[in-house]
Amino acid sequence: MITFSEYKAAETLEEAWQLNQKKNNVVIGGMLWMKMSKKRYNTVIDLSGLGLDKIEETDTQFRIGSMVTLRSLENHEGLEKYTCGAMKESLKHIVGVQFRNSATLGGSIYGRYGFSDVLTIFMAMDSYVELYKGGVVPLAEYAASKYDRDIIVSVIVKKTPGVFAYESVRNSSTDFPALTCCVSRMDGKVKAAIGARPMRAVNVLDNENLFANMTSENAEKFAQYVQSKVSVSGNVRAGKEYREHLVKVLVKRCCLEIMEKEEQK
Amino acid sequence: MKISLILNNKKITEDIEPDMLLIDFVRSHDCFSVKRGCETSNCGLCTVFLDDKPVLSCSVLALRANGRKVTTLEGIGSEAEEFAAFIADQGAEQCGFCNPGFVMNTIALLSENPHPDDEEIKSYLAGNLCRCSGYEGQLRGIKEYLKWREKKS
Repeated sequence: MITFSEYKAAETLEEAWQLNQKKNNVVIGGMLWMKMSKKRYNTVIDLSGLGLDKIEETDTQFRIGSMVTLRSLENHEGLEKYTCGAMKESLKHIVGVQFRNSATLGGSIYGRYGFSDVLTIFMAMDSYVELYKGGVVPLAEYAASKYDRDIIVSVIVKKTPGVFAYESVRNSSTDFPALTCCVSRMDGKVKAAIGARPMRAVNVLDNENLFANMTSENAEKFAQYVQSKVSVSGNVRAGKEYREHLVKVLVKRCCLEIMEKEEQK
Repeated sequence: MKISLILNNKKITEDIEPDMLLIDFVRSHDCFSVKRGCETSNCGLCTVFLDDKPVLSCSVLALRANGRKVTTLEGIGSEAEEFAAFIADQGAEQCGFCNPGFVMNTIALLSENPHPDDEEIKSYLAGNLCRCSGYEGQLRGIKEYLKWREKKS
């Protein structure tokens, strides 16, 4: 487990940012993944006292503080309604309720973990990361960027009208996923976010409008298109060929779910 | 660093190391129901309530409990005893090592959702691993306990 000499509950974001500029200091979120490392830090910086544990919902967006827990996301009625149940589906397989009561959105997004269900679903939405110094940047851009020493204040999700479907495959319940997939159809535009490749999640846009006309044949075509665009590799959870196959299967399933959800609307 | 918290309705103030985990803190206060299992945030054996929410004490810094309320199985004696008897009746506890965490999380479930169905029970308890039982006995025990509670009320 990580060890450290000092613990600082930051009183302001500026204080947290200043402390975080030192190489041997680190910001902790839920600390569930970070604690597994054997690193030694000088100071860990806790953002718990900064009021970043709230979800603000307006007519146009959600502004989700970086210390909001995964369990709070899972139980938020507004997110449940907006994502047509996809938010809950993406989170419910992550270990257990106790884990999700501690793990934070900020920790999951900052970590840009390859295995992250959280990154995958937020990539599929119209999401932005609000950084203390770096301003607001699109999540897809942030997800592809290198680690830096800025601090995530919140994640903003625009309420672009849309329908979402989430699917993942695990070798056993509550394990890391072998592949994650979220397909969204927002303002008629379709994109698929694929995670646990096992690298960081990426988006594939339906630039050729293959699924513009929603039929099961077109779902298959879009699934094949995503499969051809996404690079995957193998690890202990799944081989490269299996993952390639899963991409097609999960994208198609999500597309079919989207068709059903559109019909129910 | 100084920490002050309520552990099982008792106020405690003391100096601790900054990187002490909550599991080590509560066990140093004789809360031995809190078991050290996987230590990778997976098994649920170390479940405690932090301000009434179940968390994994192996993954929470003790300092994060400063000014808050921590409850272990020792702090909910009678409710836990009643429920655990139903688990025992089903022969579901076998080695018993997972039982405290399992009982804690079931009590958390029932306080959030007093009338869960089978799927809700399984889903809520997914983070409590048992290597003896296969979970069927625990599920039967919970359902029997729910029936008993209904009759009682």
